[in-house]
Amino acid sequence: MHLLLFTIIDNIRSIGWAGAFALLRDGIVLGALYSLVALGYTMVYGILQLLNFAHGDVFMVGAFMGIGVLTVVAGPFSSALPLVPLIIVLFAVSMLGSGVLGVVIERFAYRPLRNAPRIAPLISALGVVFILESSVQLLTNAGHFQYNEYPVFNRLFQPAVFNPWGQPINIADLLVVGTSIVLVLALMFLVNRTRLGKAMRATAFDREAASMMGVDTDRVIAATFFIGSALAGAAGVMYGLSLSDTWFLVGFLYGLKAFTAAVVGGIGSIQGAMLGGVLIGLVETFAGAYAGGNWKEIVVFGILILFLLFRPTGILGSHAIQKV
Amino acid sequence: MSETTPPPPEEPTPQTSRIGVDSWVAESEARRARTPAALVGHGWQRTPDAIKLLAFVGVAASYPFWAANQGDLFIFGIGTLLYAALGMGLNVVVGFAGLLDLGYVAFYGIGAYTYAELSSPQYNLHWPAEATIPIAMAVAALVSLFLGYTSRRLLGDYLAIVTLFFGQAFTFFLNPANPKVAGKGLTGGADGLPNVDPIDLFGYKFTSIRQLYFLLLVVVALLAIAIHFANQSRVGRAWRALREDPLAAEVMSIPVNRLKILAFAFGAAVAALCGTIHVSISTAATPGDFDVSVLIIFYAIVILGGIGSVSGALVGAVIINCSLQFLEPQNDHPSVKRWLFYGTIVLLILSIKPVIRPVLVLAATIGFGFAVHAIVAATAGSAWTTGVPGASAFNPQASGGAVWINHWAIVPAVSHGNFNNCLYIGLVAAIIATGMLSGWWRLAALVPTLYLAVLAWENLLAQNGAITAYLLFGAMLVGLMARRPEGLFGSARVEIV
Repeated sequence: MHLLLFTIIDNIRSIGWAGAFALLRDGIVLGALYSLVALGYTMVYGILQLLNFAHGDVFMVGAFMGIGVLTVVAGPFSSALPLVPLIIVLFAVSMLGSGVLGVVIERFAYRPLRNAPRIAPLISALGVVFILESSVQLLTNAGHFQYNEYPVFNRLFQPAVFNPWGQPINIADLLVVGTSIVLVLALMFLVNRTRLGKAMRATAFDREAASMMGVDTDRVIAATFFIGSALAGAAGVMYGLSLSDTWFLVGFLYGLKAFTAAVVGGIGSIQGAMLGGVLIGLVETFAGAYAGGNWKEIVVFGILILFLLFRPTGILGSHAIQKV
Repeated sequence: MSETTPPPPEEPTPQTSRIGVDSWVAESEARRARTPAALVGHGWQRTPDAIKLLAFVGVAASYPFWAANQGDLFIFGIGTLLYAALGMGLNVVVGFAGLLDLGYVAFYGIGAYTYAELSSPQYNLHWPAEATIPIAMAVAALVSLFLGYTSRRLLGDYLAIVTLFFGQAFTFFLNPANPKVAGKGLTGGADGLPNVDPIDLFGYKFTSIRQLYFLLLVVVALLAIAIHFANQSRVGRAWRALREDPLAAEVMSIPVNRLKILAFAFGAAVAALCGTIHVSISTAATPGDFDVSVLIIFYAIVILGGIGSVSGALVGAVIINCSLQFLEPQNDHPSVKRWLFYGTIVLLILSIKPVIRPVLVLAATIGFGFAVHAIVAATAGSAWTTGVPGASAFNPQASGGAVWINHWAIVPAVSHGNFNNCLYIGLVAAIIATGMLSGWWRLAALVPTLYLAVLAWENLLAQNGAITAYLLFGAMLVGLMARRPEGLFGSARVEIV
């Protein structure tokens, strides 16, 4: 353990302030992605009290839908394509596809279990994880795919927009952070200002009472899954655009960390998921740089375990009263 | 209740329902009790546990004498027994005490690695097994006590999350972290710890496959007996009470937290015991043996067998391990694999209720297949229909003696671009569509779905046995939860919070 401490001190010296700024940038980009995935966890947990393990794999499928679009569209006549419409198509296909996937998962794996014991949907979710991962493994031959192999995206990565402290910030970083801010604002508008949002809040508060008041709860839950999964799909495309290496196992661990973010922020709270996502992204990046990349997952999971033990409601979560 | 009152004498026609007794429910229950499945289930439940265990041990003990070869004894015999022991241990935590322990595989790993540290060239320690096995079990139990004590107030999902993350952290500890102790990596990183000593009990070394098999069989039998008596004991009753309702149990002055931690530690110790045996058999501890995909196999065993049923865990282990091994592409039973697949599908179809419907569906599928085959053969040429069904990269000619499938299913001789992927995506879409429809439409949609399933199997799935196994496990977990959440031998309506 004291060796680890020495490593950390050494690394603090060698990384310096400029390096720390680069880490801050990477952490915020990573955190923006975690936030979007965490939102899906938080919405589903808020409305069904269901830990949707499969959400991380929906994210993975979303990233692969982007790959699919790229192989269809950009494969043969690569860099001649206009960048902005291509990115819009990527997002549209991936969000729509992932949303539909989420609804299908809800329809077949969770809806039959609405009134089952609590353990049943969790097991079912594990089953969905394995169906999704094995399917993608079959379809892609367990291959690794890179978005930045497509020359269309060169412009995203090459030019640095700003160059503070000699640390480039490229368009991909700005795109990721900007898109996630826009999506979260849209989600907050949806939840707080629209009829569907009101129905969602009512269903989350008390499903039975909401259905007695004329809310079609099945449809509201399906809509929640659609929105959460669409956000995960968007995160998948952004993951491909910024961090790139996409393969069939990327989803599970990523989903777990995003879930960590949701729990740390306070599960059920949208702002909490944002905050938790950025926090986990920063912690992971800094832990990876200062404690050595081999330890970063252990640090993240350790933080989560401690957080759950001492403050299970998270930073912004409200204190739930246990019903008897 | 009104069951005790005599039935009203006036006109018991089936149209008018009696007060307090829903005639429709009563009739349907009586009808259900007469089905063969219900009769078998009833007989199973009335058989004493001792006889079940004796039957299992008897069959298992005779297996080495009729197994085809040593390889079969290893993958079917030893694999099944190891899974059975692990399933029973997990059953104590999940089934008896109702704790969703997703870090179970980590305790399995702790047992394996503790044994490997103490009896391998890693630190040049070669302790005898009668010392290392109890130490490994104690280490795992202590870790689980620590984890359980700190998270004792966590309920349901939160406990699942903490244990899952503990399991994840453990695998990361094993492979990338690999801290340096006394000059070398503690866990050996991705290579693990090789050259582990065989189990050595009081000077008797267990090295041959047959010796190990009988050692495992003894362990499984002792575990089954121990768990059976633990379940019958005061503690076992308290576990079941707190599983049904922790609050009520606490009011009844049952020390809920202590009992939960006890169950947790009990499961961890059993897992560690299995870990020591596993590592002594495979002679190496590698991190890949303890990741989430292994955990899902344990859960599949317990869930399929029935949560909370010891005999269910044994049966689940047999089914899961044998199907897993038959699906492996390297093994030399390609025809068994095919019959398992088609048999399962036909059985599932036959469970549709008026009997005429599944017969119609199967007949229509066969006709549909011949029609499609004729059209393709006429329009697309023979290159599309002359491949070897179920051929794999390991064994390109292995059709499993089923060339006749060529006359019915489309198996292209050479791969046509994305044909296989299109088949698979089409199959998924067809399954979803079938699930969305109802009545006769569903039956009609079932026909092309089944045919697509056959095509996907012969062209794609049979070649990728390991992936297909996980795919089918996933589908089984989802389907089982939707249809029969209590598993094959579990008791229904157990509320686990």
